[in-house]
Amino acid sequence: MIGVTHYVALSFVLFAIGVTGVLIRRNLLTVLMSIELILNAANLNLVAFSRHLGDLNGQLFAVFVITLAAGEAAIGLAIIISMYRLKGSVNLDDASELKG
Amino acid sequence: MGEPFIFWLFAAIVTFGAIGVVAMRQPVHSAICLLGSFLGVAGLFVLAHAEFLGAVQVLVYAGGIMVLFLFTIMLVNVRRTAGEPFVHTQAGAGLVVGFLLLAIVGGTVVASYRVRALSGFGEPANPARLASTSITRTVTDVVDGKKVSTTVTEDVAGNSQAVAWGLYRDYLLPFEVASVFLLVAMIGAVVLGKRTMERVD
Repeated sequence: MIGVTHYVALSFVLFAIGVTGVLIRRNLLTVLMSIELILNAANLNLVAFSRHLGDLNGQLFAVFVITLAAGEAAIGLAIIISMYRLKGSVNLDDASELKG
Repeated sequence: MGEPFIFWLFAAIVTFGAIGVVAMRQPVHSAICLLGSFLGVAGLFVLAHAEFLGAVQVLVYAGGIMVLFLFTIMLVNVRRTAGEPFVHTQAGAGLVVGFLLLAIVGGTVVASYRVRALSGFGEPANPARLASTSITRTVTDVVDGKKVSTTVTEDVAGNSQAVAWGLYRDYLLPFEVASVFLLVAMIGAVVLGKRTMERVD
């Protein structure tokens, strides 16, 4: 039987892959995609517990998380485009002004 | 066959898609893997009795956000990076941190399962409540100049209708705040993405 434990396990695998992507990739676009993976892991967790407890509130919260993810993607990609205009690259290593 | 098979199929799609996002060299390939991962998550939502959320996942993530990503990849014109590394020089440390995180959270899940906090394997506690609920509301009518209040109980059928009741009745204020948030995000994206115009004096 597939229970809430399976969903939670898959969710934390997805979360760990997303965090690893944020940590190791140089390309800003891929970092943003990894953040989307992390938000998807959170949604999966919410829906799993919503199913387990028979409570709709988890799904409603996931709707708001999806809204936030859409706004975050729009702003993040706009920042990437303006960085590309400024520096001609989208590598994280090239954004080092605050390094000192 | 049945539910376990479908779950493991979608779980494999999600996991390998996510690994592809992190491991692929070209951003376009990462985006395609991300699309597969999104669709797998949508399938899992449907499997977990969240049909409305599955549809929203396909429309918003696999539709809208994916198109945004592809357009940005096209606009920033990522040059051929044949010889360059696509990961940081500290990628080893990042991998170690990722696996440590996996071990810590995994250990927590296993431990909480042992103490029966997640008495997980089995049927959901009350699956019927996800798909249907009864709404009680008070209707006030004016009959012969007097106010008459009657309590009406209606049955709601289907996950979408149940979500709609929750969204528009219990979470009306957060819903409106979310719309303002989307407006702010849209204006911010337009301002950030706009070319700086020449000032006309």
